[in-house]
This record gives sequence, C-alpha cells and structure tokens, in this order.
Amino acid sequence: MAKTKKKIKVIRIDMDKCSGCRACEAICSAFHASPKYSSNNPARARIRLVRDPFEEIFLPVYAGEYTAAECMGRDKYVVEGKEYGECDFCRASCPSRDAFKEPDSGLPLKCDMCEDDPPQEEPLCVKWCLLDALTYEEREEEVEEEVKLDDLETGLESLVDNYGLQKVIDTVARITQKG
Amino acid sequence: MRYAETGYNLEIDLSRGSIERVETDPRLTELHLGGLGTNAKILWDRVPPEVEPFSPDNLLIFGVGLLTGTPAPSANRTIISTISPQTLLMAFSVMGGFWAPELKHAGYDRVIIRGKSASLVYLWINNDKVEIRDASHLQGKGAQETAELIRQELNEPRAQVAAIGLAGENRVYFASIEHDKSSASRLGIGAVMGDKKLKAIAVRGTKDINIARPAEFLELCNEVLEYTRWRQENPIKGVPAIIARLGAAQEMDEVDEAWHTANFAWGNARYRRKDFWTEEIAQKWEHTQKKAVRRLIACYNCPVRCGGVVSHPGLSVKRYMMKCFTKLTYTIAAMTNELEFDFRIAGYAQEYGIDGYTAPQVMAFAVELYEAGILTDQDLPGFPSSNEERFFYLLDKIVRREGIGDILANGVYWAARQIGRGAEAYDRNTIKKHEQIPIKLGTLNPIYFLWWSTGEKINITQIEGQMPQAPFATREEREEFVKDWIQVPNERFKEYILNWEPGSFPYYPPIPAVCEMVDWPETMHYIDDCTGVCAGVSSFVMKPPYHIHNFPRIISAATGLDIDEDELWKITRRNRNLLRANNVRRGLRRKDERPPEDHWKKRFPEYEAKLLEAYYEYRGWNKEGIPTKETLNQLGLDYVSEDFERRGIYNHG
Ligand code: SF4
Ligand code: SF4
Ligand code: SF4
Repeated sequence: MAKTKKKIKVIRIDMDKCSGCRACEAICSAFHASPKYSSNNPARARIRLVRDPFEEIFLPVYAGEYTAAECMGRDKYVVEGKEYGECDFCRASCPSRDAFKEPDSGLPLKCDMCEDDPPQEEPLCVKWCLLDALTYEEREEEVEEEVKLDDLETGLESLVDNYGLQKVIDTVARITQKG
Repeated sequence: MRYAETGYNLEIDLSRGSIERVETDPRLTELHLGGLGTNAKILWDRVPPEVEPFSPDNLLIFGVGLLTGTPAPSANRTIISTISPQTLLMAFSVMGGFWAPELKHAGYDRVIIRGKSASLVYLWINNDKVEIRDASHLQGKGAQETAELIRQELNEPRAQVAAIGLAGENRVYFASIEHDKSSASRLGIGAVMGDKKLKAIAVRGTKDINIARPAEFLELCNEVLEYTRWRQENPIKGVPAIIARLGAAQEMDEVDEAWHTANFAWGNARYRRKDFWTEEIAQKWEHTQKKAVRRLIACYNCPVRCGGVVSHPGLSVKRYMMKCFTKLTYTIAAMTNELEFDFRIAGYAQEYGIDGYTAPQVMAFAVELYEAGILTDQDLPGFPSSNEERFFYLLDKIVRREGIGDILANGVYWAARQIGRGAEAYDRNTIKKHEQIPIKLGTLNPIYFLWWSTGEKINITQIEGQMPQAPFATREEREEFVKDWIQVPNERFKEYILNWEPGSFPYYPPIPAVCEMVDWPETMHYIDDCTGVCAGVSSFVMKPPYHIHNFPRIISAATGLDIDEDELWKITRRNRNLLRANNVRRGLRRKDERPPEDHWKKRFPEYEAKLLEAYYEYRGWNKEGIPTKETLNQLGLDYVSEDFERRGIYNHG
C-alpha cells in the first residue's frame, strides 16, 4: 500500500489539573448540534468525565471506536490507591454500557477532533478547558493509506449489528419510497 | 419551542403523592426571568402570609436559573425558596454544583413541593419518569452518604442528588440542603424539606437545552471565557489575595487569612484579634491546609475552581467538599488557633446538613452563656472544658434536638428569648432574627449599613460586591483600579471611587452616591439569582466577566427575548419589589431594618435614619419601607398594591 503523510492529532490529558467542571462535555455537545451550538446536552458529548470526588477521581475519557461485542472480561484499574470503576478508561461505545451513545437512538458517538470546515484552531473541549487539563498537539507521521469509515458508515454498521443487514436495507427502501 | 428554559415545572404534592408536569406561561419569564424572580412570584400567588413555615401549604421551590445548563460559563445555580422557620419571612438560598443543569436536561425549570409526606421519602426524577420512593432506610444518614446510597440503589452514578442530613430531618432552623460541592444553607430551608419528610431529590436528565441565536450566544460565551482567563492572570492589586481573583473567595487555594482573622469578631461576635495573623500561624495553617485540601474543584461548566476536596478519616464518605469562608467560621467562633479544627468539624457539620455560618455562632453563643452562668451544668451535663470539644458536644445536641440542643436549634434569636435569664443581651449579631457575618468595626460604613439593614436575603454576602471593601490609600491606586473598570453602569462610580479617601466614613460617599453604590451590586445579585450565574464570577467579585452591559445580550441571545439594559434593570426592580412585598405582607417594617447596636463602635443615629429614609425614597418605598402604590404600578405589580390596600397595609404601616 502507498505511504502518505498523516496529521496525528493528540490531546494531552493532565488529570491532576482537572477540576471536574464538565465544560468539555457541555461544549462538545453544543459544537455537534445542528445548527452548531443550537442546543447542548452532555449526554451527547464525545468526551465524558468520570468523576467521583469522594475517591478523588477526575478522569476525562474520549469516545473511541464503536464495538459490536463487549470484551470477554472487564478491567479495573487501581492507581495510587484509587480504585477506578469497571471499564472507566475504555473509550469504546460498547453494548455493555450507555456511555458514548446518543441518548434517544442509542447510535454510537465518537470524538472527531472537532473536524470542521474551515478547521477550528483547536478542539472545542481543549479551548473551553481554561485550566489546561486538556491541551492539543499536532504532528505529522508517514503511514500506509487506509480506508476510513465516516460517521454515517459507523452508524450504519451499528444498525446492521443490531438489526441485521436485510432489515436495514428494507427500512431504507421504505423511507425512500415515503420520501 | 422554548429557549434556554424548558417551559415545564414539576408539581409534587407529598400529602397526596401526586406528580404533575405543568407547562408554564412564557410571559412569566419576560416579567421575572426565572430563578429567584419566578420563585417570588409563585410564593406571592400561592403562599399567603397566613401560611406558617411548617404548614403543608408552604411551598418548597427548587428553581433553576434561566441560563443554567446552557453553555454560559458558571451558570449552574439552583435557587431554593420557601418561608423560613427562623425569620418567618421569604427565604431564598442558592446552591451551585451540578443539580440544576441536570434538572433542566431532565426537562424541567423548577420543582415545586407542597404538602407533607406521612413517612420519609425521596424523589427520583429520571427524565419523564418521576417517582416518590421510600426513604425510611436513609433516615439519620449523612447528606453525602445519602447521595451515595441513592446513586448506588438506582444504579445511576451520574444522578445528581440534593439531600438533607439529620439536622433537616429534625427541623433545625439552620438546616441546609447539601449537594456535591455546594449547599443551600441559609434561613433553614433544610428544615422545611425535613418537615415535608423529603430526604432527597435525585435527578438524571439527558435531553437537549435549546439556544435561540446560537452563533451570537457562543461568541458572547467565548468573550466571558477570554475575560475570565485574563482576569485570573491579572489579580486585582492592593486587595487581600482571597478576593483578588474570581471565585466565591479563593480560600481553598490561598492560605493567607490575615484579612478575615483581623477584621472578623471571634467567638460569639465578641472581639477582634487584630494581630492574630503571625508568621508562625501562617506556616502552621499552610501545613494544615495543604494536607487537608486534596484538589481544587469547580461546579458545572465553571472555569474558576473555588472548592476543595477535603480528606476526612471520620466520615463514611472519607472526604467532603468545602468552599469559601466555612474554612474559618468554626475556628473563629470557637476562638481556637487551629485551622485543623475547622476542617474536622465542618465535615461532620456538612453531613448533618447545617449552615456553616449560623451553626458556629449558635455554638459560640451557648459557650458564652455558659461562661456567664446563664446556662449551667444542668443545661449542659458533662460539658467539656475546651472550646473545640464543646463545639462537638453542641453540634451533636443541636442536630438531634437533644436537651438544650432543642432550644439552640432555633438559632440565637429564638434561643435567647426561650432561655431568658438575660440571654437576650448576648444576641448581639442577628438582624431580622438571623445570624450575620461577625464584622464589628470602628466607624459606621454607610454602604454596609444599608446592605445590612435592607437586604431581603438577610445576609450581606448575597448583595455586596463589585467594589473594593475599603478605599485605596492613594490616588494612584484608585486611578489604577478605575482605569479598566468596564463593569460600572455609569461613569459616576469611577468618581465615587477616585474621591474616596481612607477615614472618610460615614459622610463620604454622599448619600445619593451611597444609594447607587448599594443598588448596583444588589441588582447584579438579583440578575445572577434569576439567571443562575454564580456570584463568584459575577455580582460578588470585583471586575467580573459578567456585568450589566453583557448580561442583556447574553440573555437575549439565549432566549430570543429582546431585553436591553433598561429592561433588565426594570425586571430586576420588579423582582426586588416582589420579594419585598412577600416580606411586607408578612410584617416586615422599618423597625426590623437595623444592624445590632455594637456593629460599629461609632454610631450616628440621626445620620442612619437619614440614610435609611433616603434609600427608601430612592427605591420608591414609603417611610416604613413599603413599596408605594406608584412604584408597584409602574412595575406592573398592581396586584400587589391592591393586596396591600385590601389588607390595610398602607393605612397603619
Ligand atoms: S473542561 Fe477540563 S477541567 Fe473541566 S472537566 Fe473537562 S478536562 Fe476537567
Ligand atoms: S475533540 Fe471535539 S469532538 Fe472530540 S471530545 Fe473534544 S470537543 Fe468533542
Ligand atoms: S466560582 Fe466557584 S462556586 Fe462559582 S461556579 Fe465556579 S466553582 Fe462554583
């Protein structure tokens, strides 16, 4: 496969600086509303703060890939004596939990680094985190070309997983006729 | 579609066990904005003065600010209103944290509780599903402990919970409602919740909040954030560190308490310790604080963090959350030198759910009565010898209403009268039956005099702000302060500050200027309490990112209403007068508007009377402090003046 240059976008998460304010959740959901900023709802955010002040846990987690099947087991981290919840560090939109799913449709959510046209200076969650618990870096890397799924494909894939390909095709056909 | 607000209230009748979702009239928002303003309107309409605080007909209203839950930074307040068992007047107390945004995302602007449950219950609001659930297993549990237990039993770690502790269950007149890093503490609203046998309200919401003019709104939010960033990097010079930056006083971060410890009266508002703050104390307190405060934390969507997670080996939840002046109130009242004592007792007090301002003063009052021989070993069997241990003893008695605790639980004013035997003379720090910040200074400060006397919140911290608390020493400093002061409503304020010399009280600023200086910060507090913006980034602090010039634009862009500066002043006046009206109807008169005798060493009775009258006139109130018919009618409050006439309030004052 051919090599291309790829921009690697990195968000550096400094948990020590996080105040647990959830501004990142609020602004992410507003940015992804359509039209932009016309509504907000942390339940739709592609970042999620795992927050337990009694355990001193303040952990921002980004939504990663959708997965059709949950892991065979669960993981549970203990860091400096603090016990995190099951799967707390996991980024997946996974059938085992309701994190990173649209609240009404259940469709998976994934952080898109605030891709926009024209591009944003920095991701919105980073911009709204004034305490710099989130900071942004970019670098270039040489990588093999890949076919990238877009949001629609990821969404469709999860529908196919849930309902079967035929049912999805039938439904699309029916909607098309109605239109 | 409704913007910024949801357009629905939740009406809960605990006597009947009924739950209703009621659509609200959008006109109410235009007239009162929401939050405190709308709460005051509901109380006016539905809780006449005959209704006692502990009557099933008293309402307990959890109002959400108009901007709360939108991306407007630091808009996260719940405004809780009811009739206070302590003052017998309207009470409102405000809490931050995460509860109000969650309620709005669940689809409601307000929860209105009426009636009384037969047994202890809690409310579970999960979007459209609302249930009244048994809470008998939570009886006597701590406030945060309750929140944790509810989240576990609902299997909903993201539910936000507001709960009372033992003090609320036992109707202590200064019981608080606790939630996360915040609490609604003042005026005994936790006692009303306990009287209704409502242990907690848990909320989970996953619906959208809509914005009318998104692009414009976001631009304004970004300006607030940019200014906040700049302001945190540029603290105000020449003022104590705890108030130089934004936040509800940065006392979890800053250690330097030279100002509070020197200016506040220790014990039962007894005397100042002007040279308390030494290098030795500074080092010791630094050590204590750095050990206790594990992390600085913020409320929902707030770029300023002013709270702290405090470790506490004695609590079932292991840690608790603290902010602001509670760090000192117990230490100062107990007259100890130990900051560690405050961190320790405040944790228990929070779990019991009592107000960190009032409780220590009640305890100090009891200690002083004991020393004076008015309370004896019979009243206080086994009373320990050290003040620290005495405070723990009293805390326990008060929250359980055990023995003398049953009387002390009514606060200093009522307790003094119930105890008698000369105890009234030790009630030296209440106004309108409510404990005040224990500041006892030299010469009358005319601005503070009016805030103290006339505030409907009955607590000065909820109406003061915007300006330095004392004049800067030099003209250069004053020029430096006013040069980028964009927040002022008009240029006159800069002149007031520029000409304000040390030692010029009480005759400077002149009375008309004093009226304006009292009005402006109070107005800003009312706007905060209606919109749900935290006073720590707005009315309470100097040079805040929210001010009278950008608020109208932010509110308009969020809601789609067209509100300009004049209209916002007018709405605020309407709300101000409506709160006043609720209290006037409950008997509040000029005679109640008086700081305690020893509030200042030097008093000026004639000048004080002049100040009060001038301020009443400025507000459009008569000599008794009652809003005149003209004032009310101009604000569209004809129904209030008619009620006053029907009740003969204008006739015999
Ligand atoms: S915005 Fe920053 S400080 Fe706030 S919760 Fe997110 S990561 Fe933490
Ligand atoms: S980078 Fe953008 S899409 Fe990803 S979590 Fe942050 S705001 Fe959301
Ligand atoms: S300034 Fe403090 S109290 Fe106010 S919203 Fe921010 S964190 Fe909460």
